[in-house]
Amino acid sequence: MKPKKEIKKVVFQSAEEMPTMPMSIGNMLWNKTGSWRNIRPEIRLEDCIQCGICWKFCPDMSIEIEAEWPVVNYDYCKGCGICAEECPAKCILMVEERK
Amino acid sequence: MKKVIMGNHALSYGAMLSRSQVIAAYPITPQTQVVELLSEMCADGTLQAKFIKVESEHSAMAACIGASAAGARAFTATSSQGLALMHEMLHWASGGRLPVVLGNINRAMAPGWTIWTDQNDSLSQRDTGWIQFYCASNQEVVDTVIQAFKVSEALAIPSMVVLDAFALSHTYEVVDIPDQAKVDAYLPPFNPPYRVTPDDPRAFGGLTGPEHYMELRYKLQKDMEKVPEMIERTGREYETTFGRYLGLVDDYLCDDAEIILVTSGTAGYTARVAVDEMRDRGLKVGNLRIKVFRPFPFEIVRRLTQSAKKIAVVDRNISYGHHGIFAQELKSAIYGHGGYKPVFGFIAGLGGRDITPASFREVVDTTISHERSEEEIVWIGVKK
Repeated sequence: MKPKKEIKKVVFQSAEEMPTMPMSIGNMLWNKTGSWRNIRPEIRLEDCIQCGICWKFCPDMSIEIEAEWPVVNYDYCKGCGICAEECPAKCILMVEERK
Repeated sequence: MKKVIMGNHALSYGAMLSRSQVIAAYPITPQTQVVELLSEMCADGTLQAKFIKVESEHSAMAACIGASAAGARAFTATSSQGLALMHEMLHWASGGRLPVVLGNINRAMAPGWTIWTDQNDSLSQRDTGWIQFYCASNQEVVDTVIQAFKVSEALAIPSMVVLDAFALSHTYEVVDIPDQAKVDAYLPPFNPPYRVTPDDPRAFGGLTGPEHYMELRYKLQKDMEKVPEMIERTGREYETTFGRYLGLVDDYLCDDAEIILVTSGTAGYTARVAVDEMRDRGLKVGNLRIKVFRPFPFEIVRRLTQSAKKIAVVDRNISYGHHGIFAQELKSAIYGHGGYKPVFGFIAGLGGRDITPASFREVVDTTISHERSEEEIVWIGVKK
């Protein structure tokens, strides 16, 4: 796995140094949208068949494969439930968030 | 090569000669032939482009935005209700700094349901950050599409090339179709500094906080301010290659005119017939046809109206509760530059009602016989 990028807020000091189009200013590194989540996916790895479908279907790229096993990135997962719906082994449970 | 073609096909030829790489459009009267011909060109190989069929104008513009972000030259065409449906995506194209070119056939907005011309569809998109060209002949349409791509790509701002429904879209005229090799030399392939590519992954149009948003808009305006000079320069370059100058405005006998008729679109050429008649009667009348509406060509409009005593603006559009839209713009352009000069605002030709030389005679008679306009709007040809 690639090392994670350092989390640093970019603030340009002048219009000139900014790109012409609103592009890649790295805001999502610090704007962690996982806090929007109401239900969270929990993967029962003992039933996982390592097919990679959850990783492929996640619309927010919030499932990473680490050492061949899926791991949810809760910093960005919004709890849409697509991974649980698509999992052929039915090993992903959507669990109510408790705050 | 000269051909007799309709205004809609002039747009198609412009897009073809510009070597558009992606075309996504949804048919709407009176625009349909634009994409009909382009789809045939794509099918028979005349144009090497991806033709994307979509289910709405919103999706047509979205497809062009995606294509342009990926570095492809993208073209679409629409009209009236279709342009209104694109509205959200028009902001995405300009805000994303994507040089899409769009042909819009001016058709009045419903209801009452209508297919005939007026300018309220495109002028409702005034503040979306698009360059707007208003054409008056089929020749100008072909030439302007090619120039629009050049200007748009140089400054990363999208362009709208606008023509009147039926008065131009379905009217056949002789058009000198520019030579492809010369167009290629004038308009090199689109090569944006950034594009969506796996080789250099980037996020486009992402969350932009108050610390950055304003600078992006400042940069768009600053680049918009460079458009007039760019149009004049590329217009001269076009003249060198093809023998036709493409400028911000088209002025006719304005130098010594006491009254200047300000028009746009095909009404401009009708105005000239009236100007010639009035000159024969000894009246010093001229015509200033405004071709580029956004950015508004302040400097040249001020210069050309400088010596006139009165200005009569004929609008084929209306901003309800205010005036005709070109009349407002004219007033804002001359305000604070020299003494008081009456600007008469006329509204004519809404929903495809004809604007004839007689309409302009009425406009000039009213302008001559009044020191200032009695009403904010003088209606021409309305059954009061």
